[in-house]
Amino acid sequence: MATWKRTRGFWVSIILAFAFFAVVQWLITSGTLNIFYVNTLFFMAINVILAASLHLIIGITGQFSIGHAGFFAVGAYASAIMTMKLQLPFAAGVLAAGVAAMLAGLIIGVPSLRLKGDYLAIATLGFGEIVRIALLNIDYVGGASGMTVTHMTTWPWVFACLFATILVIANFTNSTHGRACISIREDEIAADAMGINTTYYKVAAFVIGSFFAGIAGALYAHHFYIIQPSNFGFLKSFDILIFVVLGGLGSLSGAVVAAVLLTIVSTFLQNYPETRMIIYSIVLILVMLYRPTGLMGTKELSSLFKWRKAAQGGMNHGGKNTVA
Amino acid sequence: MAAKTPLLKAENVGIQFGGLKALSGVTMELYQGELVGLIGPNGAGKTTLFNLLTGVYVPTEGRIMLDGETLNGLPPYKITRKGISRTFQNIRLFGELSVLDNVKVAYHAHARHSIASSILRLPSHFRGEKEMEEKAIEFLKIFQLDGVMHEKAKNLPYGQQRRLEIARALAAQPKVLLLDEPAAGMNPQETKELMNLIAFIRERFALTILLIEHDMSLVMGICERIYVLDHGQLIAHGTPEQVRSNPKVIEAYLGEEVS
Repeated sequence: MATWKRTRGFWVSIILAFAFFAVVQWLITSGTLNIFYVNTLFFMAINVILAASLHLIIGITGQFSIGHAGFFAVGAYASAIMTMKLQLPFAAGVLAAGVAAMLAGLIIGVPSLRLKGDYLAIATLGFGEIVRIALLNIDYVGGASGMTVTHMTTWPWVFACLFATILVIANFTNSTHGRACISIREDEIAADAMGINTTYYKVAAFVIGSFFAGIAGALYAHHFYIIQPSNFGFLKSFDILIFVVLGGLGSLSGAVVAAVLLTIVSTFLQNYPETRMIIYSIVLILVMLYRPTGLMGTKELSSLFKWRKAAQGGMNHGGKNTVA
Repeated sequence: MAAKTPLLKAENVGIQFGGLKALSGVTMELYQGELVGLIGPNGAGKTTLFNLLTGVYVPTEGRIMLDGETLNGLPPYKITRKGISRTFQNIRLFGELSVLDNVKVAYHAHARHSIASSILRLPSHFRGEKEMEEKAIEFLKIFQLDGVMHEKAKNLPYGQQRRLEIARALAAQPKVLLLDEPAAGMNPQETKELMNLIAFIRERFALTILLIEHDMSLVMGICERIYVLDHGQLIAHGTPEQVRSNPKVIEAYLGEEVS
């Protein structure tokens, strides 16, 4: 069965993903996993969503955007307004977060994606800062003291969002639309000459990426009780950028693995607050010295299993099972 | 020939970059099924003319028409979809993509499945992708590249990269194919094979081809008509024999060596 062979990897990873979900759910309800680990796990998942969404923009489409925390913030605040100010259910908050971030992505993307390289980086960095400063000065959302948010993020929500993010981004990438985006990354002039509407695909990737960053924002806001503009500064953007670069530009599994590993490293280092950032930086330098193309290069985890041509649906869950 | 209307026509086309007139008053006609050469010394504006024809630059004077339709101001991807496809002087493949995917990208404009259908993996996605794959392999077979279709494009030897670029340009299914120095850097044997290939695809796909080339023997050998550019202006055009004996051309381009 050729089709079974082609999609085997996909179905195996879906099953692995759901097994992972069930095991964690059981660990949480039975109380085996204490609150500290649950926190770390949620934080990890949020980082994975952020990394995957930025991977689509930088790794696949090659648009160097470093204002991703801006979309994260838009999502967090949009969802908090929905649930806290308007008393709507969490689902509405998550949806609003995605849609608001997506609109922000569209508004920012259309004019700024004409820029290339460094100029685009500066424009998106500017956007991130504008969002932060705007939030700082809007009294409706609490200004500098931020908003308090009820804890609503649960494991099923986190898993569903994570699963949807990986699935959508992997499916998008493994299609003619993803190839169009990669062709823009590889050579924009040639892509244009081959009949690819480059502006359309750059904006599409940007908008899909922002949508999921917004979703991550909703999960974040409803997990940490309080959101403040200072949580969404450019350092947060750089954190996300580091996941993508360290994982290997162009590798979804790389971005996911890097997000997982770095979350573990930085959580572990919280025991050593004085030297935390020094060790973290040394880890980054070492990885870049010994793996200059990132942990995975441009390869995906699936290629390690010789499931060539397998739909790369949720390979990353497979990887996450082993490290998480 | 003169009775027919040209497929591709440039009327008094020119472009100015600031104070520099890179090209002016170029009039060129390509008829269905022709193989036309474009020659001229370095810096004469040959590639600039290609860039005008494909929409990379917008002409500051004159107009460009394909099948009676004005192309001025259209973005490159729309011009490609209308039927003009090209290769580049310095190879521009999608290096990290496989050979197969390079060709698939060019076929993208003819794909009908939407982003949503791909994300949701609807049947139309699988149908569309399957059709693309079959078409792409078909093109690769013509260029004898099907054996290396899973290699990364950047890992191919130079000659194969050149061929892949032509295969990719063809996969966009053009009416007019513009080849920018396809034989650059090839040895005489490879050049000969390439020329046979160009003659073959021209027949097979009923193409109209415009060719920039430095190798004089090659241009003289296969082109039916030749246009000669110098200093941004058309200085001569005609059959290879006419061009070869045109004193202006000899002066500007061929020097005293021509026999």
